[in-house]
Amino acid sequence: MAIVTIPTPLRQYAAQQREVNIGGITIDEVLGGLTAQYPELRRHLYNENGSMRNFVNVYLNDEDVRYLKKGNTAVAEGDTISIIPAIAGGSAALPNPPLRSGRENNALLQGVKGQQASDMSLSHDEILRYSRHLLVPEVAMDGQKKLKAASVLLIGAGGLGSPAALYLAAAGVGRIGIVDFDVVDSTNLQRQIIHSSEAIGTSKLASAKARIEGLNPYVKVETYETMLSSENALELFKDYDIIADGTDNFPTRYLVNDACVLLGKPNVYGSIFRFEGQASVFYAKEGPCYRCLYPEPPPPGLVPSCAEGGVLGVLPGTIGLIQATEAIKLILGIGEPLIGRLMLYDALSMRFRELKLRKDPDCPICGEHPTITELIDYQAFCGITTADEGFTEVDISPLELKERLDRGEDLMLLDVREAHEWDIAHLEGATLIPVNDVTERAHELSTADDIVVYCKAGTRSARAVQQLQMLGFRKLHNLRGGINAWAAQVDPTMPSY
Amino acid sequence: MPTKIEPTTGTITIHLLHFAMNRELLGCAEEQMTLPAGSAVADAWTLLVARAPRLAKGSRSQMVAVNSRYATLDQSLQDGDELAFIPPVSGG
Repeated sequence: MAIVTIPTPLRQYAAQQREVNIGGITIDEVLGGLTAQYPELRRHLYNENGSMRNFVNVYLNDEDVRYLKKGNTAVAEGDTISIIPAIAGGSAALPNPPLRSGRENNALLQGVKGQQASDMSLSHDEILRYSRHLLVPEVAMDGQKKLKAASVLLIGAGGLGSPAALYLAAAGVGRIGIVDFDVVDSTNLQRQIIHSSEAIGTSKLASAKARIEGLNPYVKVETYETMLSSENALELFKDYDIIADGTDNFPTRYLVNDACVLLGKPNVYGSIFRFEGQASVFYAKEGPCYRCLYPEPPPPGLVPSCAEGGVLGVLPGTIGLIQATEAIKLILGIGEPLIGRLMLYDALSMRFRELKLRKDPDCPICGEHPTITELIDYQAFCGITTADEGFTEVDISPLELKERLDRGEDLMLLDVREAHEWDIAHLEGATLIPVNDVTERAHELSTADDIVVYCKAGTRSARAVQQLQMLGFRKLHNLRGGINAWAAQVDPTMPSY
Repeated sequence: MPTKIEPTTGTITIHLLHFAMNRELLGCAEEQMTLPAGSAVADAWTLLVARAPRLAKGSRSQMVAVNSRYATLDQSLQDGDELAFIPPVSGG
């Protein structure tokens, strides 16, 4: 038996089946068996002369059968045959397919919002603005009213939040909330496209709100200039239909997850690393939550943030728009939500991989016997102690370092960044050992030396100091604020990054 | 001399996919690995950690997928399986 996957527009002719098992040893035999079982499919796959319509592609596993032996291509037990119709533009052969799946009656918004949406009305100006939505049968007037009645809360107005906010606003989502407490920095502009150069130094929220209102005055923007915490999360989330997690740290990711599970809200999740992204919809009522995937956070400092590891600027655009797409599908109640699936995107190979997830019956928050019934201390859960963040006696300020160097003190400067960062700027006379190599290469250092460790902003160097302390080094100093602080306070000719 | 036929029983070859930090620590995005028949996911991980010891710190926070489906460390591997360890990432 081979597995034939039926594309959404054709499922209406195949008893709404997504996959059908059919016997046969060639493509023609299998498709013949399929159309014998579902006669209506036949005219959509074949023309009057009995040849395959040219807008329908058939793939055997991952290969187009046109480049194999077409209809005579051999089919083996367990092969997957995919029918892939072209979807650019309309086709007379596929008259107005209702692109709705089994989740059409998604409890999320259909019930609650159905009533509110029907109370909505659109002005002439709005009807013109949303014309291209109103022409799509799956959106149309009803869908546009649902969008207007809906609310989405974005956690973070950064790389992911920026494109998501813009497209959700353009699509006509009635109420968009944003939680952030940062100011726009020039290093944000490489990817955080909601902010403009003029906004540097001003609040991200004010900048985002102004841009959204400029784009679509029919959207109500609510801003929360605060750090999301266990104290405020439930209160902030409760008035929104969907939460979109675009934060940049693990404690907040677990906090967003837990608050969504406790409130029964869907969490449209996106996360990025250099060239790779992840996206899913965590909706514990219907599928797994973030903790089902990652019950335990990585140790602090193991996974670099965008600020530490860098990120391809266009990457959060792709992932943020997957989040926006999923939010809109949930609101409209159409298509197949990314619930129970993790989408992995690799920009370098330009490949999407999808993993099937499963709900963990032992999940501490959404499992059968939850042990987490209220929000917890997420910093502690992620192993972050306040001591790691505060200044310690090993800290040295840029000005103090400058004074001591000027006095001719014999200080060993240890740069623990990566080689490509060294090329941007470095301190004269420093030695480069990337933080991940420090333990292995500690023999290159002497415990007798006074060592000043620095990185970009002080986080990696603090880690290097800890590692060296464990190896018995005592005369250690951590340059507070890293080389960026040095550039700001000591050497204005040096670039920050 | 008759050609010596390599024994094919007793070992399995799997296809490994690496992501994010794992990819950087292991220096490649994908590779083949040969293991004794009957090996489990955890055995493959142990071999990877032996090659890149810094992976060990993240051992407890990997999501595992075999043939694109969620899997556990004790799941046994079959010849031809595609195995992925997916570390969490937090960028936004």
